[in-house]
Amino acid sequence: MSNIPGELKYLSSHEWVRVEADGTATIGITDHAQDLLGDVVFVELPEVGAEISAGEEAGVVESVKAASDIFSPVSGEVLAVNEALEESPDLVNSEPYEDGWFFKVKLTDESDLASLLDAEAYAAACDAEDH
Amino acid sequence: MGNKTALYETHVACGGKIVDFGGWDMPIHYGSQLEEHHVVRKASGMFDVSHMTIVDLAGDDAKRYLRYLLANDVDKLKEVGKALYSAMLNEQGGVIDDLIVYNMPEGYRLVVNCGTREKDLAWMQKQADGFDVLLTERPELSMVAVQGPEAIEKAKQVLGGDKAEVISSLKVFQGLESDGWMLCRTGYTGEDGLEIIVPESEVVSFWQNLQSAGVKPCGLGARDTLRLEAGMNLYGSDMDETVSPLQANMAWTIAWQPDDRNFIGRAALETEKAEGVKSKLVGLVLEERGVLRSHQKVVVEGIGEGEITSGTFSPTLGYSIAMARVPADTSDQCAVEMRKKLQTVKVVSPPFVRNGARVYK
Repeated sequence: MSNIPGELKYLSSHEWVRVEADGTATIGITDHAQDLLGDVVFVELPEVGAEISAGEEAGVVESVKAASDIFSPVSGEVLAVNEALEESPDLVNSEPYEDGWFFKVKLTDESDLASLLDAEAYAAACDAEDH
Repeated sequence: MGNKTALYETHVACGGKIVDFGGWDMPIHYGSQLEEHHVVRKASGMFDVSHMTIVDLAGDDAKRYLRYLLANDVDKLKEVGKALYSAMLNEQGGVIDDLIVYNMPEGYRLVVNCGTREKDLAWMQKQADGFDVLLTERPELSMVAVQGPEAIEKAKQVLGGDKAEVISSLKVFQGLESDGWMLCRTGYTGEDGLEIIVPESEVVSFWQNLQSAGVKPCGLGARDTLRLEAGMNLYGSDMDETVSPLQANMAWTIAWQPDDRNFIGRAALETEKAEGVKSKLVGLVLEERGVLRSHQKVVVEGIGEGEITSGTFSPTLGYSIAMARVPADTSDQCAVEMRKKLQTVKVVSPPFVRNGARVYK
């Protein structure tokens, strides 16, 4: 059973978002997603300073098995990207919710968060996908 | 629910992630495909390949039959146990399957792919008409590939006795029997190693003993990245019934001599050769980020288009490699359409990796 932390919000396309104490949002892909993808070999991330919109493509994750688009769960300005993934893309597999994060966004519209899935709804979405 | 090999429960117990593979429930990896790939390049790994089809051939006409059935010539097999890689063609020169045939004391043994089992057996039976041959499938035999620079030593250590002696005596591409087992110095990884045919009642303990000796279980995911690095074709991806061996980098497997050996597909191949072969299978290398994948379009400027037949990330090299069918006039560069953009790639001759190191130029 994959790890689905209760404090995060999710997209059914397997991205997670964590709202930090300073109001910024950190985005990555879930444990379930990394397990489906297998070994991650490259991650293409947005540029710092770029404006991204909720639900739009913000990058690509390539594993030995497949290439998958990464969608941003929220709108805002990209404040930082995880440069460690350039050297160690396997962090996405080993620590999807910690050192394997993708990018950080300064939220422009907090109401984006309201439309996201909570852990329970995301778990149900994964179950539905598996069956 | 697919077919299961005698090792299925063992794979599950080892943490194997099971997927459908040509109708068989097989482990794709046991945690990390990359780790399994590297262990075969650096130490030793083992694969369950019991899903492959083993067919024994007996009868007075066995040799005459195979000289008709196969594009390569079993007359080359002078020693007992010597093996030959060959295509089995249809009348149009398309590849029905690729296989290994062993010269056995009492006849021949063929090892063919799993996904093509039914059509292969039907074709072989059909062509047997008029020959005194008996085809016997051997589903009760399992097969384990032990591959890597340490593979042969580990297998000898685990088996000991007569079998270890037989292994020591093996030449490359030879397989010899010992006590109901068959020990073959063959493989699909570009490393030294063995493919061992084992009675299924003994395969679980053999696997467990290899594991105790430090041989790592590896899934079919790593088998695919290893074989692609080694420049070996995969049936159904790099060639099939619509492709001739001349277009699949397999010209070396066609025995044109002697002139009077009529094998199935020969006439079609001769015509194709006379008219000029229109496409070829080449290696592609993308030294930048991104992964080449099968079915991506290849554009050769001023010449035409082609298609990637197998593509992957090469764990040994750290970037992506592929095999592609391209127009015959393609030289050293082309472009691949990746995510709607054209990306320039280098055209090379496979293999990409041998014995753990880069070999293409």
